[in-house]
Amino acid sequence: MPLYYDDDQTMLADTAGQFMAEEGSIKNQLRHWRDRDCKDGFGHGLWQQFAEMGFTGILVDEDDGGLGMGQVEANIVLEEIGRNLTPSPFLSSSVLAATALKHGSNDVKGRWLPSLLSGEKVYGVAIDEGRKHRPETIACKAEKSGNGFKLSGKKDFVVYGASSEMIVVAARTSGSDSDRDGVTLFAVPQDAAGMSHDSVRLVDSSMASHITFDGVELDGDAVIGEVDGGREVLDAMLVAGRVGSAAEGVGVARGAMDMTVDYLRQRKQFGKVIGEFQALQHRASHLYSEVEIARAVTIKAAQLVDGGSEKADLMASVAKAKVAKVAGLAVREGVQMHGGIGMTDEYDIGLYMKRDRALQEFLGDQYYHTGRVAELSGY
Amino acid sequence: MSDSDLEAFRAETRAWLEANCPPEMREPVRDEDDIYWGGRNATFKSDAQKAWFEACRDKGYTVPAWPKDYGGAGLSPAQAKVLREEMAAINARPPLSSFGIWMLGPALLHFGTEGQKQRFLNEIARGEIRWCQGYSEPGSGSDLVSLQTFGEDKGDHWVVNGQKIWTSYADKADWIFCLVRTDKDNKYQGITFMLYDMASAGVSTKPILLISGNSPFCETFFDDVKVPKSYGEDVPAQVGEVNRGWDVAKYLLGHEREMISGADGGNTGTIGAALARANGAIDPVLRAELAQFDVDALAYGAMGEKFLDEIKVGKAHPAQPNMMKYAGTELNKRRHELMMAAGGSHALEWESEETSGGKPSRNWLRTKANSIEGGTSEVMLNVISKRILDLPGA
Repeated sequence: MPLYYDDDQTMLADTAGQFMAEEGSIKNQLRHWRDRDCKDGFGHGLWQQFAEMGFTGILVDEDDGGLGMGQVEANIVLEEIGRNLTPSPFLSSSVLAATALKHGSNDVKGRWLPSLLSGEKVYGVAIDEGRKHRPETIACKAEKSGNGFKLSGKKDFVVYGASSEMIVVAARTSGSDSDRDGVTLFAVPQDAAGMSHDSVRLVDSSMASHITFDGVELDGDAVIGEVDGGREVLDAMLVAGRVGSAAEGVGVARGAMDMTVDYLRQRKQFGKVIGEFQALQHRASHLYSEVEIARAVTIKAAQLVDGGSEKADLMASVAKAKVAKVAGLAVREGVQMHGGIGMTDEYDIGLYMKRDRALQEFLGDQYYHTGRVAELSGY
Repeated sequence: MSDSDLEAFRAETRAWLEANCPPEMREPVRDEDDIYWGGRNATFKSDAQKAWFEACRDKGYTVPAWPKDYGGAGLSPAQAKVLREEMAAINARPPLSSFGIWMLGPALLHFGTEGQKQRFLNEIARGEIRWCQGYSEPGSGSDLVSLQTFGEDKGDHWVVNGQKIWTSYADKADWIFCLVRTDKDNKYQGITFMLYDMASAGVSTKPILLISGNSPFCETFFDDVKVPKSYGEDVPAQVGEVNRGWDVAKYLLGHEREMISGADGGNTGTIGAALARANGAIDPVLRAELAQFDVDALAYGAMGEKFLDEIKVGKAHPAQPNMMKYAGTELNKRRHELMMAAGGSHALEWESEETSGGKPSRNWLRTKANSIEGGTSEVMLNVISKRILDLPGA
């Protein structure tokens, strides 16, 4: 498969690009909700529009009412989200939770998919425990209790958790904390007794929850997939989420770079446009080169996911690590090259820096994924 | 071509390679004479090398994508990719390496007359002629267009005087494609892209000893060299029009940059696992750097694939080879720095048998030229600024 978009994908990119640039713009969404101190951190109206465009069900099978598309298409939407810094539960709900639900029974799907597809509800995922992403270790416990389970423990960095009608929770049902086996995924409804959120605003104005489960009673049909067999589903979620977040990062990098190069063409000092200075030209050109590479490997990783390739896991980490490095470079160069105005809240470039920082951390930062590439390569 | 036709072609190709590529030609290239360059004075190192070359030549596989009329196999881009993949799968060596294939050939296909194509492309495809490239001069490196080698018009011939430098294998080449100034008053439109015989009276070469201890490049001197304007009907000595050689040169530089970039797989391999296996204990900080490198190499591999896919359908930005060259060569330099670091004192050996005559250190030193030859990294960044980012005054 060639590493560029086919006609349908090009059309989707045009549609999503135009939609996000208008409806999902920084002014209409990020600043709008932030300046009103919105406790959701995103707009439900826009989420409804996502549903009308079919985006909410982009990864959901056609038989289940979705568009039945793949990671490449989800990534196209995510790149536009990144470029416009559109606050959206898309990555958590329509990529991570949707990937989990794909592995659920018909009952589970029937209960949760319709209101995701319709844009009525938002879903979250609870994977991390502690400050860094270490999904190899899962200590949050679900003990057998009658016909169901009793869930106890803590989860962190549950993005848009407080606004989520349901949260996919990875919990331990057997074995010790760092065992691969013995993990089970649960669909935990928002109103479950014993679940409490400490919802905090993050640097990028998004919201995330620390969640405590204090003996939360769940019946058997809360299980997604097999009891003790959740690791495989979790792996699929992680790959989809990492490749997706890489795509969003590519969008952030491109958005920041475009804004910065525009600025270099306009800003005058010493009697000329600063884009004439070779010191800046070379840095901008290096950045361009890196962004192109980051984008290529992200498309490659998405194609491998869609093709069910055994290399998908490795390339997901390569993409996540590369994009993190490059998007970080893009926003730092962006702020620096904007000079003083780049430090002001009024100017958008700083918002790119903030979003990049949060996105870097989501599902593993560049250090985690670079180390993972070494491990998967056998050294 | 449908997918099933392509799969049939793959099966056919695999069988042909199985039958025609001798086992010795599936071993990695170890020494310079493992590479067959062709030409008037070429000799084969082994029967296997000869058999492999001849089988490919007869099949058109020395230049698979060139038209059959010019010695190629007329493969479509998709078929050529299949052949590349199948050759890579059995580690088949290239049957013939030459600047004729990589550089002059593409320029002739684009700018040449029918007579030039018939003659020169066939000679190149059959490995009968070895070419060298006369571009840089002592005073014209990055600022190539300032070149001074002059061809004086004498009616039916030119008389060429001047000096070239960094002429790859000039001492072994049969003919040269050379940038010669033919109008001193016109900087860009005063250069002619000339083809002539290195055996002509007045041509001399002097190898340059490099820091790697090898001499792949020469100084080349032209002292009243008589270059006929025509080699027969429809075979002029210049490619493109007289005084418009800069267009050809620029086109060719794109090819050269693409080649040096290693987009086709040359610069994309990972090194961490192999170095850890070969050298035992690796410092944790070095391990981290190897992992960073592997991330960049795998990402660049995807970029190379994307770039070649886009070139095929005309989607790549025309200046994108500059970006590929910049990224690919900087990566390759880093690769060899890390290989030296991981190799420790072993990698320092300059002449030992165990290092095949100092391969690690000589290769490491050789890579330093990657970001200089064919346009420096700094020039690549200038071109990206101007042509892709549209920054002013670059």
